[in-house]
Amino acid sequence: MSQMNLLQAVNMALDTAMQQDERVLCFGEDVGAFGGVFRATSHLQEKYGKDRCFNTPLTEQGILGLANGLAAQGQVPVAEIQFADYIFPAFDQLVNETAKFRYRSGDQFDVGQLTVRAPYGGGIHGGLYHSQSPEAYFTHTPGLKVVVPRNPHQAKGLLLASIREPDPVLFFEPKKLYRASTGEVPEEDYEIPLGQAEVLREGTDITLVAWGAQMQVIEKAAEMAAEEGISCEVIDLRTLLPWDRDTLAASVKKTGRLLINHEAPKTSGFGAELAASLQEVCFLYLEAPIVRVTGWDTPFPLALQNEYLPNEHRTLDAIRASLDY
Amino acid sequence: MSDLRSFDVELIQHPEFVDPQTSVLPTFALLQQDGNLYPGAKAPDISRELALKIHDTFLFIRALDERLLASQRQGRVSFYMTETGEEAADICSTAALAADDLIMAQYREQGALAFRGFPLEQFMHQIFSNEKDLGKGRQMPIHYGSRDLHYMTISSPLGTQLPQATGYALGYKRSGQKNCVICYFGEGAASEGDFHAALNMAGVFRVPVIFFCRNNGYAISTPVHEQLAGDGVAGRGPGYGLKTLRVDGNDALAVYEATRLARKMAVEEHQPVLIEAMTYRLGAHSSSDDPSGYRSRKEEERWRQKDPVARFRQWLIHQGWWSEEEDETRREEHRQAVITAMKKAEKVPKPPLEELFTDVYKEMPWHLQEQLEEARDLVERHPEAYPATAGRKQA
Repeated sequence: MSQMNLLQAVNMALDTAMQQDERVLCFGEDVGAFGGVFRATSHLQEKYGKDRCFNTPLTEQGILGLANGLAAQGQVPVAEIQFADYIFPAFDQLVNETAKFRYRSGDQFDVGQLTVRAPYGGGIHGGLYHSQSPEAYFTHTPGLKVVVPRNPHQAKGLLLASIREPDPVLFFEPKKLYRASTGEVPEEDYEIPLGQAEVLREGTDITLVAWGAQMQVIEKAAEMAAEEGISCEVIDLRTLLPWDRDTLAASVKKTGRLLINHEAPKTSGFGAELAASLQEVCFLYLEAPIVRVTGWDTPFPLALQNEYLPNEHRTLDAIRASLDY
Repeated sequence: MSDLRSFDVELIQHPEFVDPQTSVLPTFALLQQDGNLYPGAKAPDISRELALKIHDTFLFIRALDERLLASQRQGRVSFYMTETGEEAADICSTAALAADDLIMAQYREQGALAFRGFPLEQFMHQIFSNEKDLGKGRQMPIHYGSRDLHYMTISSPLGTQLPQATGYALGYKRSGQKNCVICYFGEGAASEGDFHAALNMAGVFRVPVIFFCRNNGYAISTPVHEQLAGDGVAGRGPGYGLKTLRVDGNDALAVYEATRLARKMAVEEHQPVLIEAMTYRLGAHSSSDDPSGYRSRKEEERWRQKDPVARFRQWLIHQGWWSEEEDETRREEHRQAVITAMKKAEKVPKPPLEELFTDVYKEMPWHLQEQLEEARDLVERHPEAYPATAGRKQA
């Protein structure tokens, strides 16, 4: 075990994966000798050589096209998109190609070995294009898996599992936590299985669910609620597609109330999918409408970032409203 | 390679803008329409066996395209695309490759797949999207793919295979495998951003890839002069650091020789290559298109006179390797074989219901399992509405 931040945990996961499998390649803009603008790929080129950790020309559609080709050939590409805000030029490669490769070929060809890493989320004064949370664009795409870690331990275990997963994975890293979130991370190789949510705090009055950096928000809200005598069950979804309905449904059936928190805008955000699905399987157990505490339906602003983000105060208000319903 | 960190460059004191008109690349051509070589031209080293195989593939593709287009008109096939006029481009370039080099096609390269030995029955299973289709009946007709024959499954989005070809070729280079990727695309697809991404990365990474453009004059109704303003597609190659050659796409020998040399550079030196084959789309864009709305019969007739199949046949006859009589017999054999195979494939059932849900992921996740169950119940309750799947035994 050693103490490290989320970025170091990502770096350690990449190092472990590259050490263990010669086919693992890390590439993207500035990931080579420089080690990435956030330093997620620090020292990997030094250690594994230029043909395994390298810079690409500045082209997101090219990075994903290249990654699809490498994966189809039998390599294990871990492509980096510098900011999730810039994944959109690669949207066609991801949605029309990556996601449909296996299906359309009748399983003759696949790019299942592909992992795409992208820093995402706000709270760092990133304005419109260094703050977005685009996960819902991708959870609407059959064939992709979508994963978001909340701390260094999760980041390493989930990233290693994603790299070895036989399906393509989009791995969104909450960049606000890159250096802010620290914790103990085992030195050894370990994986955290995809598709499983984690109950962080047991409670009886309401279920709170989030992912990534918003986990800190709902944990804080749960503590504040506890002071008022409200018992919150706190769940980290971790994998958004395919998500762990069983764990969430069991919790909602117990508490009778559900609050979903995410940073992305509300309309058609992933919270809508959770709310609709859990309503289907928990209808008779619900004692209040499912509530979504999310970013507003606006582009992500600079000056009013604080007013935009769905923080613990908004969350606590929504918890109270749900219990008073 | 120019690099701004180096100041050792020529300086000029008068602004000399480069004029795009001054740099038109020539076209490599060996064979004249009468089947004789151009004066001074040297035929590539090509065996009788290979030459006849190429020609036989020409005849097969002509028969396949003619019959299937007619069947689409009769409503037996939902969609079709011919490659009439462009047979030399894909078939002769593939003939110059190793059998295990990867082909990434756009959609008008069924000849390449036929040359590799894709069985007629498999063409039909794909066209009729039946349960024997390797693609499990999921894609539109002509979206072929064959793992065994190193022919990557085709997808409709244009240009997406280009950067994938760069990636696949980089994989070859990494693993030390002595192969190249050939990536086919039309001149219209070359306007997509993926073309730029792919060639730029191929130049930077120096990978064994041959980008093979079929410049057939039209992207559906859009003529090439509305597609690009420079010196065709080939004119862009050197700007990306690619070895580049423009070739007469209706000249079987020139296409073969150009690709043979390209493969050598790609595999031995990791030098990416761009080939632009100048040809003409003699048929409609697809069965959903009528070219009389945007081009003249006269223009089509001019190109019909340059038919690559007739040209190569004349060469074969001059070699003493083939005759008009053999040609007629073989054409009829292919026609009959296509008709027979079509009748058989039409009767093969559609894939079972569960193939709608498999292969989205390697393993079927819970939500797809639930939806498969839901679909099964639905089909069972309304068998008359789902004749293809109702009552079918599911694996």
